[in-house]
Amino acid sequence: MLIERKWKKWLYFYLPMTVFIVFTLFPFYWMAVTAFRPDNELYATWRQPNAAPLWTLHPTLEHFVGLMQTTAFPTWLWNTMLIAIVSTLISLVCGMFAGYALARLRFRGSEFLGTAIFITYLVPQTLLFIPLADIVRDLQLGNTPWALMLTYPTFLIPFCTWLLMGYFKTIPRELEECARIDGATRFGAMVRIIFPVAIPGILSAGIFAFTLSWNEFIYALVFMASADQKTVPVGVVSELIRGDIFFWGQLMMGALLGSVPVALVYSFFVEYYVTGLTGSVKG
Amino acid sequence: MARVSIQNLNKKYDNGFHAVKDVNLEIQDKEFVVLVGPSGCGKTTTLRMVAGLEEITSGEIRIGEQVVNDLPPMDRNIAMVFQNYALYPHKTVFDNMAFGLQMRGYAKADVDKRVREAAEMLGIQPLLERKPRQLSGGQRQRVAVGRAIVRHPQVFLFDEPLSNLDAQLRVQMRVELKRLHEQLETTAIYVTHDQVEAMTLGDRVVVMKDGLVQQVGEPLELYAQPANRFVAGFIGSPAMNFVEVAISGAGAALWAQAEGLRVRVPTEFAERVHAHAGKRLTLGVRPEALRIANGVDEYSFETAVDVVEPLGNEILLNFRAGGVPMVARVDPGVRIKAHDNIRFALDPQRLHFFDPGSDAAL
Repeated sequence: MLIERKWKKWLYFYLPMTVFIVFTLFPFYWMAVTAFRPDNELYATWRQPNAAPLWTLHPTLEHFVGLMQTTAFPTWLWNTMLIAIVSTLISLVCGMFAGYALARLRFRGSEFLGTAIFITYLVPQTLLFIPLADIVRDLQLGNTPWALMLTYPTFLIPFCTWLLMGYFKTIPRELEECARIDGATRFGAMVRIIFPVAIPGILSAGIFAFTLSWNEFIYALVFMASADQKTVPVGVVSELIRGDIFFWGQLMMGALLGSVPVALVYSFFVEYYVTGLTGSVKG
Repeated sequence: MARVSIQNLNKKYDNGFHAVKDVNLEIQDKEFVVLVGPSGCGKTTTLRMVAGLEEITSGEIRIGEQVVNDLPPMDRNIAMVFQNYALYPHKTVFDNMAFGLQMRGYAKADVDKRVREAAEMLGIQPLLERKPRQLSGGQRQRVAVGRAIVRHPQVFLFDEPLSNLDAQLRVQMRVELKRLHEQLETTAIYVTHDQVEAMTLGDRVVVMKDGLVQQVGEPLELYAQPANRFVAGFIGSPAMNFVEVAISGAGAALWAQAEGLRVRVPTEFAERVHAHAGKRLTLGVRPEALRIANGVDEYSFETAVDVVEPLGNEILLNFRAGGVPMVARVDPGVRIKAHDNIRFALDPQRLHFFDPGSDAAL
């Protein structure tokens, strides 16, 4: 009996989980291995003697050095970081106030406005970049970080607003009523009571917004032309694929380094992030 | 420390629901007034209008001498205890209690002194550094009360503060609240749906239903002289028995009659009931106004008991009379089994008659 149950647990639990983990993590593993693999090993056929397709026998930093020397990777990293942080902050501030208003204030058309904001989020970026390009050109923001810092909020604000609206709705109304009796204005109650209580939700929205802007591709590709203004996703793809030549090692090294900050952000806030998406506030 | 005066207070919501209808209430300084009624009767809405959390459709609310209709909650000098306590989850107990004082710019030493005083009064000094989620229900309740008393407000507002507690704790907190009120001598308005809480806590009780005040009075006054059938049925547990009776006879000898029940209308009612001779009235009898008869007289009737509920300090006898189920509360010494035939006698001093049309007491 016991043995049979163990066998079933393997079949129904561990096996699917292993498949899932391999499926999701293998690309990352492959990226990491490629980033440290010397070129001669990279282009060797698998049939060759001593071949080790799944790992590397001679780990090397040549791609790292190459990336740093031949491309503006550190600049890209800095651009991406700056743009992601600024656009996240702009979106969070707007999203907090808008989300609060939609969750709490009763005004004419508040429901319509909520839906309208959501619909703007549904407009695909691949369409929206055309009119936005026009605006960016008119404002002469092209090829400056502002082009992205101001256009990313077009999809980040609706996202943050909706996520935070949902979170604010889970906070008991009495908390701010009590604060207002205790001597706070509506604004004071929002800033002193509701926002601190909503920190898990705000952090989740922030992490998501940061990731979305970090990984954004289309706007960054269209609005940024010169190499020293590019972000990591665009820079890596446009500078390390020349014609039909792929600099695989440097590409993978760039991708690996580019994903590290996001992974760090996630791991720092993972607990908040989970409660922000799943939990509400208890008394 | 102030009177609260409510005049012609109305609340109509945008969807047309008329939650509070022409409520008039004068609450004296230091008085403890309880608003009681079934859910949706407008009691909480009334309280929230006093607090300033709900806009007033029409009417006037004064706290002290000041009309507060348009004052924001923070300027009304009130404190409120909510049903779910509404403690700030990110603040410690100390900071929860201090928040109202800090918002009003009290000096740090003064805040500290007041919070510690209140904590001592409620026996929560050891909890001051904890967060609300580390407290039990009863402790949270105390903190919520403490947060209200540190400010020494003019009026305390309580919105069903005990209904999230278990039964035992509720009884204990009820006594503590009453003691606290005597100590603090502050006007208090308390909302509950529990008539026992209302009767035990209130100097005066306001019974509400469908947005209308049904009766205002001291607890025993409501119990002994209910203004209408609703109040009579709402106050008291087990509830008053109601029987539809036909009034017959003439002059001094009026009789109230229903199936299996024929009793004489007591002489003090005769004059008022006389006008209804030949018509129907509702007879109200409290369970304790029924006793086991010693002999046959004009206030007694015989019936079979269905269910006997021995509660220890009393026995509840359930039976049918006049076509409706009734309850009698009798001495625990009485030995009665289910299905025994019993002769009950009504206490003629404690009968109530209600007009079946208006439900008003005669």
